[in-house]
Amino acid sequence: MQPDLQGPWSPLLGRLSLAAIPYDNPILVGTFLVVSVVALALVGAVFYFGKLGYLWRNWLTTVDHKKIGVMYIILGLVMLLRGFFDGVMMRTQQLLADGPDSAGYMGAAHGYLPPHHFDQIYTAHGTLMLFFAATPLVAGFGNIIIPLQLGARDMAFPYLNAVSFWLTFAAAMLCMVSLFVGEFSNATWVGLMPLSEMSSNPGVGVDYWMWAFQISSLGTTFNSINMIATIVKMRAPGLTWFRLTPYCWSSLATNIIGLTAFPVVTVALTLLGFDRYFGTHFFTAGYGGNFMLYINLFWIWGHPEVYFLMLPAFGLFSEIVPTFSNKTLFGYPTMVAASFSIAGIGWVVWAHHFFTMGMGPNLNGYFSAATMIVGIPTGVKAFNWLFTMYRGKITFTSPMLWAMTGIVLLLIGGLTGMMLSASVVDYTVHDSLFVVAHFHCMVLVIGSALFAATIYWWPKVFGFKLDEKNAQIFFWVFVIASLLVFVPMFELGLAGVTRRLDYIYNAALKPLLWVTEVGIILYFVSLYYFVKMLVVSLLRREPAAADSWGTGRSLEWLTHTPVPFYNFAVTPEIHSREEAAWRRDRGLDTARPTEYVDIHMPSNTGVPFVLGVLSFVWGFALIWRIDWLVEITTLAMVVTVILRAFDKNEGYVIPAAQIARYEAKIATASVVADVADEAPAGALEV
Amino acid sequence: MAHETMTADAAVRLWNAEADEHDPISARTYGFWLYLMSDGLIFASLIAAYAVLDNKMSAFGHPMADTLLSASQGFVQTLVLLGAVLALSLGTLGLKTGARGGLALGLAVSAALGTVFVAQGLAGLDAMAAAGNGPTASAYLSCLFVLLFTHGLHLAIGVLWSLVMLVQIFRFGFTQDVVGRLLNLRLYTQFQAAVWVVVYLYVYLFGGAH
Ligand code: HEM
Ligand SMILES: [Cu+2]
Repeated sequence: MQPDLQGPWSPLLGRLSLAAIPYDNPILVGTFLVVSVVALALVGAVFYFGKLGYLWRNWLTTVDHKKIGVMYIILGLVMLLRGFFDGVMMRTQQLLADGPDSAGYMGAAHGYLPPHHFDQIYTAHGTLMLFFAATPLVAGFGNIIIPLQLGARDMAFPYLNAVSFWLTFAAAMLCMVSLFVGEFSNATWVGLMPLSEMSSNPGVGVDYWMWAFQISSLGTTFNSINMIATIVKMRAPGLTWFRLTPYCWSSLATNIIGLTAFPVVTVALTLLGFDRYFGTHFFTAGYGGNFMLYINLFWIWGHPEVYFLMLPAFGLFSEIVPTFSNKTLFGYPTMVAASFSIAGIGWVVWAHHFFTMGMGPNLNGYFSAATMIVGIPTGVKAFNWLFTMYRGKITFTSPMLWAMTGIVLLLIGGLTGMMLSASVVDYTVHDSLFVVAHFHCMVLVIGSALFAATIYWWPKVFGFKLDEKNAQIFFWVFVIASLLVFVPMFELGLAGVTRRLDYIYNAALKPLLWVTEVGIILYFVSLYYFVKMLVVSLLRREPAAADSWGTGRSLEWLTHTPVPFYNFAVTPEIHSREEAAWRRDRGLDTARPTEYVDIHMPSNTGVPFVLGVLSFVWGFALIWRIDWLVEITTLAMVVTVILRAFDKNEGYVIPAAQIARYEAKIATASVVADVADEAPAGALEV
Repeated sequence: MAHETMTADAAVRLWNAEADEHDPISARTYGFWLYLMSDGLIFASLIAAYAVLDNKMSAFGHPMADTLLSASQGFVQTLVLLGAVLALSLGTLGLKTGARGGLALGLAVSAALGTVFVAQGLAGLDAMAAAGNGPTASAYLSCLFVLLFTHGLHLAIGVLWSLVMLVQIFRFGFTQDVVGRLLNLRLYTQFQAAVWVVVYLYVYLFGGAH
C-alpha cells in the first residue's frame, strides 16, 4: 500500500516472511509451546468428547445474553492472566536490572529483557488489561445482569450483541498472534506520537496494536448502543425509571460514555492509520503534522474510558453492599445523580493527562479544578455505601469483603488522584511510578468489583455457589499481594522513578523493588487459590436456591437458579426498585406463575462468528499489508452483512405447554438443571 | 391474563403475560438513532481535527481551502445531496399508502443522486491531487481529504443500502424488517445530509473561495 516500506514486501504474502517468527527468542518459544499445548488440548478434548456440534450450536452461534456474557468473562479472565504474566516480567526485569552496569542474562545488556522486548511487554500489558481483560469482564456482567434486572427476555439486539462479542474476541486473538508472528507495539498503550508513526516505528508492532484496539473499540461501541437501547426499551411492566436498580443506572451512564467517547478514539486511530498506510501527515513531525492533536483526541476518549470501566464497578458495589447489609441502599437518588455527574464531568477533564505539555497556567488551572470536582460525586457514592452498611446486619461473605476493599482502594486511589490533579504537584510526579500506583489502585477497585460480582452472581448463572473458604483465602492473599506490589510504587514514584524503565538507576531503591516482587509472588499464590476455588466448587456443585444468598434484593433473584434460557417463564410485574426484597417482605417470593403463554425467542445464528473470523483475517491482512486478502475479506464482510439482511430470521416460538414442562422439570431437578443447554435445538423441535 | 395472589391488603398482580409484545420497530429505530449519535461524534472529531490543522503552519506551504475549494461548486453538490434526501423522503410516503412503485422510484432517484454526489466529490479530490495538492502534501490537506472522503464513504454506503432495499421491497414487500430498514435508511440519509451542511458551512463557506 505504502510505497516506501522498509524491508521486503511481496504481493502474495505482504510483509510476512519466515523472519517474522521469533524462534530465536527462548521466552516466546516457551510461551508458544505452552499456548499451543493448551490450545491443542482444548481442541482435542472437544473432538474426543464429540462436543463440536454442541460447541457450535450452544456457544459459537448463540445469541443468548447470558452465554455471551459468560464468553466475555472467560475471555476477560484468560486475558487477565496473560496481562498478569506481562506484569510479572516487567517487575522481574526491574528487580534484576538495578543500575546500567548490572549483569545481563540471556543476551540482554542488563536484566534479562532487551529494551525492544521490554517496551513491547508494557505496551501489551496496558492494552490487554484495559481492552481485553477489564472491558470484556465489565461487558460480560452487563450482558448477564441487565436483561435479568429489567425482566427482559434478552438484549434489545441479540444479534448485534453476538457481533460485539466476536469483534472483541477477534481483536484479542490479534494480540495473541502478535506474540508469535512479528512483534507488538513498543510505543505504549496510549500510542505516543510521533513514536507510533512510520518514521520511528516502521515494523508491524504498531499496526497490531492499532488494529486490535480499533476492532475492539468497534465492538464496544456496538455493545454500548445495545445496552442503552435495552435499558430504555426493554423494561418489564411497572419498571419505571426510578425503580431501575442502581446497577442499571450506572450502566446507563457508562454506556452513554461508551457511545460518545469510543468514536473519538476510532477517529484518532483512523487518522494514525492514514498516516501509516497512505503517508498522510496528521501526527508526523514534519509537513505541518500536529501530534498534540493525537494526544488530545486520545485523552478525550481516554479519561471517559476510565469511568467507562469504573461506573459499572460502582454499580456492582451498589448491588452487593445492600444484599450483605440486609438493608436498602442509602441515598438511591443521589447515587443516580452521582453516576451521571461523574460521567458528565469525566468528559471535560481530559487534559490532566498532559499538564506538563505546556498548555499554560490558564488551561492547567481549569483542568485542575475540573478534575478535582469529580471527587464530590465520588465521595457521595463512598458515603452512601458506608451509610448503607451503618446499622445493617452485615454478613462478611467474600463478595462483601471484596466490596469493602474496593471502597478503601477507591479512597487511596481517589486521594492520590486529587494530588495529581493539582497541576503544580503533577509537574513533579507526572509519568512516574506514583501515577502508576494511582491508577492501579483505581483499576483494583474495578478488579474488586469484578471478583465480588463473579462470586455473587456465579450461582445465578451456573446453579451452584463457589467455595467460600477458598474464596476467602484467595481474597486475603490477593489483597495483601496488591498492597505489597503497589504501596511501594507510591514511594518509588516520589523518589523520582519514572515509569517504563527497563532498569532502575539507583541501587538504594532495591529493597522496595524486592517488596513488590514478593507481592508478585503472592499473586501466584492467590491464583492457585482462585483455581482451587473453581475446581472445588465445580466438583461439589451443590444446587443453590433461587435467592442464592437469602438476602438478594433485585429482580434476578426471583427467577430460577440457574436461569433458564428464557429468563422468566412469565414476565414479572414490577412493584419496587428491590422487587425480590419487596416480594419477600410480603411472603410472595416463592409465588410462581400459574399459567404460561408462548414465548418468542431470537434464533441462533452463525453470522456473528463468521464476521468475527473475517475481521480477524482482515486485521491480520492489514497488519502484514497483504493487499489481496484485505480486499477479499472486506468484500466478504459486506456480502455477509447483505446476505444476512435477506435472511428472514423470524426467531422461534416456545409454546406455553413446553414452558410448563420446563418449569416442572426445573422445580423437581435435584442437580444443576440443564434446561439451558436444551435451549435452541430442543425448542426448535417442538 | 391475570395472575393474582392475595396479600393481606389487596390482590397484587405478579406476572404480566402481555408484556412480551413490545414494538420492535421502535427499539430498532431508537438503536439506530443511537448509532447515528456515535457517527455524529466521528464527524465532530474529524471537524475538530480540521479546525486544529486549518492554519498556515499545517498547510506547510501548500494551498488551503480558499484557493482549492469553490463555494459555488460546493453549493451544486449540496443541492444534489438535498435532492437525494428529498427523493427518498417523498418515496417513503409510499409506506403509508403501500405504494411500492413510488417508493422504488424514490430509492432509485436518491441512489442516483447519491452516486452523482460521490462522483463530484471524488472528481474534486482527484483534481486537487493531480495538481500536486494531494493528501500527503501537508497535514492540512491530509485532513481536508480524509474529512471529505469519510463523508463520501458514508454516502456510498447509503447508495449501496438503497439498492439493497430496492431489491427487498419487491422480494419481501413491506414486512416489519423491511419497513424498519427503510425508516433507518431515511434517518441515515438525512443525517449524512445534515453533516454535509456543517461541512459545507465550515469548510467551504468559512474557508473556501466565494
Ligand atoms: C477522583 C478521581 C480521579 C482523579 C482526580 C484522577 C486524576 C488523575 C490524574 C491527574 C492523572 C494524570 C497523572 C499524570 O499522568 O501525571 C491520572 C492518571 C491516570 N488515572 Fe486517574 N484520576 C481519578 C480517577 C481515576 C479512575 C477512576 C481511574 C480508572 C479506573 C483512573 C485511571 C487513571 C489512569 C489509567 C491514568 C494514567 C494513564 C496513563 O498515563 O497511562 N483514574 N489520574
Ligand atoms: Cu484522567
